[in-house]
Amino acid sequence: MATIPLIRAPRTRAPARAAEEPLIPHRGDRPSLGYWLYLVPGLVLVTVIVLIPLGWNVYLSFTEWRGIRPPVFIGLENWVELFGDQTFWASFRNSVAMIVAMVVLPTVVGLVLAALLFDLIGRRFSGRLASFLRATYYLPQILPVVIAGIVIGWVLRPGDGALNQMLDAVGLGFLAQNWLGNPDTALLSIMVVLVWVQLGYPIVVFMAALQRVDPELYEAAELDGANWFQRFGAITLSIIRPEIFVVTLTCTIAALKVFGPIYVLTRGGPGDSTIVPAYYAYSEFFQAQQVGYGATIATALTIVIGVVAFVFIRFQLSSERKESAS
Amino acid sequence: MTATSTSGRPVRPTPAHEPGDSNRVVPKRRRRPRTVTEWVLLLGAVIVAIVIAFPFLLILVNSFKSPSDYASGGPLQLPAEIYLDGIVAFWERVDFPQKLWNSVLISGLVSVFAVVVSVLNAFAIGIGRVRGRTWVIGLFLLANMLPQEVLLYPLYYMFKQIGLYNNVWAVIIIFTVIQSAFGTYLLSAVYGTFPKSVLEAAAIDGAGRWRILWQVIVPISRPTISVLLIFFFIWTWNEFLIPLTFLVSNENQTVPVAISVLQGDRLMDVTTTSASALLGLVPTLIFFLIFQRTLTRGITAGAVK
Repeated sequence: MATIPLIRAPRTRAPARAAEEPLIPHRGDRPSLGYWLYLVPGLVLVTVIVLIPLGWNVYLSFTEWRGIRPPVFIGLENWVELFGDQTFWASFRNSVAMIVAMVVLPTVVGLVLAALLFDLIGRRFSGRLASFLRATYYLPQILPVVIAGIVIGWVLRPGDGALNQMLDAVGLGFLAQNWLGNPDTALLSIMVVLVWVQLGYPIVVFMAALQRVDPELYEAAELDGANWFQRFGAITLSIIRPEIFVVTLTCTIAALKVFGPIYVLTRGGPGDSTIVPAYYAYSEFFQAQQVGYGATIATALTIVIGVVAFVFIRFQLSSERKESAS
Repeated sequence: MTATSTSGRPVRPTPAHEPGDSNRVVPKRRRRPRTVTEWVLLLGAVIVAIVIAFPFLLILVNSFKSPSDYASGGPLQLPAEIYLDGIVAFWERVDFPQKLWNSVLISGLVSVFAVVVSVLNAFAIGIGRVRGRTWVIGLFLLANMLPQEVLLYPLYYMFKQIGLYNNVWAVIIIFTVIQSAFGTYLLSAVYGTFPKSVLEAAAIDGAGRWRILWQVIVPISRPTISVLLIFFFIWTWNEFLIPLTFLVSNENQTVPVAISVLQGDRLMDVTTTSASALLGLVPTLIFFLIFQRTLTRGITAGAVK
């Protein structure tokens, strides 16, 4: 689901002048002008499908619109309402839960499992077993996230659901309940779905990153008497830090955007217990027909995502600078 | 260095890089016997794998049961007899072949169109090095990072106005843009490091830009392009919010949408629901098995080498 490919542009430190020259030799003065023609289709499409709708949506957040008669400009009314809206705040509180389920737990557990597979199982047992386990951890990642939701939703069915029946079978029947229908357990159940889906992603990325770790560094640290945890902290973590950064950034953005599992499993309920911003905006657009207000929620979500990305990237750049300075 | 060194998708290292592989250049040491702690840690890793695989096994086992078999034997027992009615009923109910065709059509066209647009953009940015290209790349990245909700209603309104609402082409156009935004970013980085000598040789032979693009650059970057094609296909296949909004009538829906809108329907008994999940996960499992090698080759071989 939230697998955004981890590709970083190569850092080119070529002289500035050479970098401005097209790679194909040219005749004449304005070599790069003709290349703009190749950008025309892409720029037209991105303008029509992304930029105009984005601007329009921001405008709609200042209007009242039920989708039929023309929108009425109402200034900041939607925004004022938004700040006092309990449901809106509940949706962002639930986003924090989504971040725990999609970022914090998978990254921490993923680091442990990746190190375990790479260092211990791959080296001391068998490389093939390590690959097999990695593929198993990754399995839920290949599903469309709504299908993943349906799979876990099936296990958690109320009444005769598989989890309830298994609890019954081991004498814990008193724990059985309507997992997704009970406000106390619904959010937790959604989090379980997301952890299940998300765990394989950091494992695969971190294991690929671990290949970069020079075994000789480990040997040296071992000779100096460092134990496994010290080596892990001092060598492994610092070497795979770029991957940790990209995984946490992309997964945080994905966690803020969660929609599918909520739609198929709880529709935000019971009450507001599992509502998230994306679902709240969707329901305002298409169920409440409050397009202006839905646009306000969507704009607020976009701002939050922008701020998160900005803070992350600033933090990454400053820590990189500190590192290269020291 | 090409930009495809790491990727968050099903990237599996080639056997030569397999962790713990015996040809790895690790200084040989005498093997210690495995300790109890090591066995315990292995057991822990295996248990996690079992827990993760368990829901898949439950779905597989229970999709072939009758509801009464499920009621009497519970979820863990193997089916008393192979019962296909749940799968057949759901298959016919959603007209599964039609949904498969819709998903294949949408995902297939999106991946081809998005690759073409990405190649054109990346040619201008990576090879042509147009002025202000950093801004252009930033613009495409923005297009890829925005939450789809912020585009949803205006797009819905626009496509309604031009009569493409409830039409697969609306979804195809939207995802062509969203996927090519990512493709532009990736391919621009790859083309930025394209070997200059090859391009110079082609130019000396008298080839124009257009010919160099299609007859030199595209064939040489085929590994990256095929990886993009597959990524775009699978990503589009897995998309939900936009197909859900734009494809309202039954005959236009994609597989994930068709399956999810029937959840909670009163005709869906316990084993039919399980069967619906099974039908939803089988296609993606198949792609994964088919494409795994191409993905590996594309990513580990590097793009332009």
